Amino acid sequence: MSDVQASLRAHDTFPKLLLRNAVTFGDRPAFREKDYGIWQSWTWAEMSAEIRAFACGLAALGVGRGDRIAIIGQNRPQLYWSFDAIQCIGGVPVPLYADSVADEMAYVLEHAEVRMAICEDQEQVDKVLSVMDRLPVLETVIHKDRRGMRHYRQPFLHALDDVQDRGRDHDRRHAGFFEGEVAKGKGGDVAIIAYTSGTTGNPKGVMLSFDNLTTSCRLAVEMEGLTEREEILAYLPLAWVGDHFFSYGQHHVAGFTVNCPESSDTVMMDLRDIGPTSFIAPPAIFEGFLTQIQIRMEDASRVKQRLYRYFTGVARRCGPAILDGRPVSAGDRLLYALGELLIYGPLKNNLGLSRMRIAYTGGAPLGEDVFSFYRSMGINLKQLYGQTESSAYVCIQRNGGVKPDTVGPPAPGVDVRITDEGEVIYKSPGAFVGYFKNDEATRETLDDEGWVHTGDAGIIDDDGHLKVIDRAKDVGRLNDGTLFAPQYIENKLKFFPYVKEAVAHGVDRDYATAFVNIDLEAVSNWAEKRGISYTNYTDLASRAEVYDLVRGCIEQVNAALAGDSALAGSQIRRFLVLHKELDADDGELTRTRKVRRRIIAERYKPMIDALYSDAGNVSVETQVTFEDGRTGTMRADLDISPAATYGAGGEPSARAA
Amino acid sequence: MTDIAAASAAPAAAGTVPVTTEGEILLNVEHISLSFGAVQALTDVSVAIPKGRIFSIIGPNGAGKTSLLNCINGVYHPQKGRITFKGQTRSQMKPHEAAAQGIARTFQNVALFRGMTTLDNIMTGRNLKMRSNFLLQALWWGPARKEELRHREFVEHIIDFLEIEAIRKTPVGRLPYGLQKRVELGRALAAEPDLLLLDEPMAGMNLEEKEDMCRFVLDTNDEFGTTIALIEHDMGVVMDLSDHVAVLDYGRKIADGPPDVVRNDPDVIAAYLGVSH
Repeated sequence: MSDVQASLRAHDTFPKLLLRNAVTFGDRPAFREKDYGIWQSWTWAEMSAEIRAFACGLAALGVGRGDRIAIIGQNRPQLYWSFDAIQCIGGVPVPLYADSVADEMAYVLEHAEVRMAICEDQEQVDKVLSVMDRLPVLETVIHKDRRGMRHYRQPFLHALDDVQDRGRDHDRRHAGFFEGEVAKGKGGDVAIIAYTSGTTGNPKGVMLSFDNLTTSCRLAVEMEGLTEREEILAYLPLAWVGDHFFSYGQHHVAGFTVNCPESSDTVMMDLRDIGPTSFIAPPAIFEGFLTQIQIRMEDASRVKQRLYRYFTGVARRCGPAILDGRPVSAGDRLLYALGELLIYGPLKNNLGLSRMRIAYTGGAPLGEDVFSFYRSMGINLKQLYGQTESSAYVCIQRNGGVKPDTVGPPAPGVDVRITDEGEVIYKSPGAFVGYFKNDEATRETLDDEGWVHTGDAGIIDDDGHLKVIDRAKDVGRLNDGTLFAPQYIENKLKFFPYVKEAVAHGVDRDYATAFVNIDLEAVSNWAEKRGISYTNYTDLASRAEVYDLVRGCIEQVNAALAGDSALAGSQIRRFLVLHKELDADDGELTRTRKVRRRIIAERYKPMIDALYSDAGNVSVETQVTFEDGRTGTMRADLDISPAATYGAGGEPSARAA
Repeated sequence: MTDIAAASAAPAAAGTVPVTTEGEILLNVEHISLSFGAVQALTDVSVAIPKGRIFSIIGPNGAGKTSLLNCINGVYHPQKGRITFKGQTRSQMKPHEAAAQGIARTFQNVALFRGMTTLDNIMTGRNLKMRSNFLLQALWWGPARKEELRHREFVEHIIDFLEIEAIRKTPVGRLPYGLQKRVELGRALAAEPDLLLLDEPMAGMNLEEKEDMCRFVLDTNDEFGTTIALIEHDMGVVMDLSDHVAVLDYGRKIADGPPDVVRNDPDVIAAYLGVSH
């Protein structure tokens, strides 16, 4: 044990872990990237040399200890190496979302007082240049990709490999500099500042220390038994703490291989190439896989359809039990083995899930059906719950103890409690240092005893598993005092493949109502099968048949709500199908696709008012922002439809007028 | 379109040095006339395309734009006049000879092998560069194998350049129109042309596809220094992209010059908007 403790102290920062890995795992692949159609790879030793050159190059450009440096782009090995390079010489990386518009970037760059920005390509450079006059502290911009950069003559612009060349030169002339700088780093130093996407107000810069990240990564690696032989695919935004935790933190701690996809469009194909052993994805991706399977099965031959239906039935019956190691009859085991040969195996292989030992999902609840589907196929899918402030996760489901409607018990080393107001609070080795330049917010979130307030409402069940219901501030009451948890209702709606997004209203109203966004792929397929013709999204969304389809979904949700006495009163009485998709570009969703209620309440006020009037339809005009940043307006007439609600016994009450 | 104008103007402001010196002419078309029986398609048309530039040919329907392109790459043979490419004056040239000289083109209607993948379609663009014989290629043996790997690498650079990695293995018949046009551009680029002829590269595209294509045309010109002659109806595109514009009407050239000059030329306005008599 003392050896382990000593090793922990000796490798208390990522740069120190990097140097250890360069020796321990020297010839093992650390990174791969598909480029020009071929997987290129770098061993730990090669990667460490690249990072050393880059770190020295940054020093040659004048980066000093404590300087904050932005990293902007998609998942590229060189951008991950930038984290190391910056940390090696005592800088603090500040990752930004690659799809942020220039104004959003300007806020973070200004707030973090960033001195240098490392950009993936011309697109990101252009965004930074367009706001540069508002950023007096920003001095240098580095770009990884040379493409399109030929005619940029700004003296403060450098190509990444030129910086590395300077670094090699600097390294030769300053022997011992690099090792000295790495040794200066301590576990208590701020490792990164991760800006939260922020459902309310401006993003906040969460400061995480090396201790926060290395300790929680170590605990997680031990719990799951991760080794240097894992393969993971890095495709989620590198500015998101979850990706940082897996593709950077655990990568350094366990020494496994991180694979970067060729482009954001090829992720699904690259997933098949790699066949990762550990995988994290938001619920939308797992739902997407299942929708894809279901759509393709509908087009398959009859024999195949029947085989699929029979064996998924077998899997649902005994798959989860086999996965959890519970007793299963010999006959079922045989059938399951046959199913693996005929259906599950090929299916998993097709999606690139064959080698997957562990899969995680989080961020939003995953439908129980979808969740059990994967577990029944033998994929150890687990839900986790966490936030940027906790360096990734707070609760995680354990092998053999998975309950579909909870996020599991507290993670190792974490203490979770529920306050009297119903808010989830926790203490964790991963709990953040504070918000950067925002002491007021730090005091609100991190109390004197070290408890972090999540702002989520939840309950702990009899097995000690946490169940998250909603954002604490969003849980409200109807006029008659009934509990109204909008996200809980919305998530129930979103579990239907036809519903892409939903927004429930009801706080301080007489009854609950909802906006629904249809899922274009699923609904257009459904419409095609039934010979319903339409011209575009808006037209399809307004079809009476689609309204009937959506009403069916809502009434099922109402029936489920009726079963829970506390929530029975918040059944949806009236709804409308939105004419456009809610979009992060219009500010209606955050970049991580969470609904921004305040903005929707303002923008769609006439529609919400109509839901609470007797009107049968409402005409609307909305501003939309196109991908190039220009804006236009959209007009549409929307029908408002009633939905049946259910009594406690389950009989439908009359549809509200 | 303003974005594109800004993007192309920005580097110039930053002190661009032109790729070639002014006046070096890559293709010189002098006084050509083309007729089909009694129909006069082109009458005494002269254009000079400077090396390394983007040259647009515009004009109303039936003005002879495509006929002019067809004369340039040897599909039609003008009855009068002469065409000089890279200093060589030619008389009767076949299309494949034009291709071998370094002229590649895309078509007004997409002309790809629909059942073949994006990758294979672009590989066909390397055809003229393949040196090994048919038998060795069929056996994929010896020098033929090495050669194919070399060509594949080149094609992968084009795929990367055009950002079509995700459709590398997709049969082009299944692709949306905008992407098919991009694949066609890829096939033309695979021939490493000195002169690239684009016949209405943005026709039938939506705004986003047009903007993408504009960017690829500009990038092609910028990265590879390829001289580009294009026919286009979208005036916004033409005025933003081109260094030089020639206007045809009823088979005659009625104007020729930088976009700003052509835009204000009374003859051009009359040809496009009509004029009261």
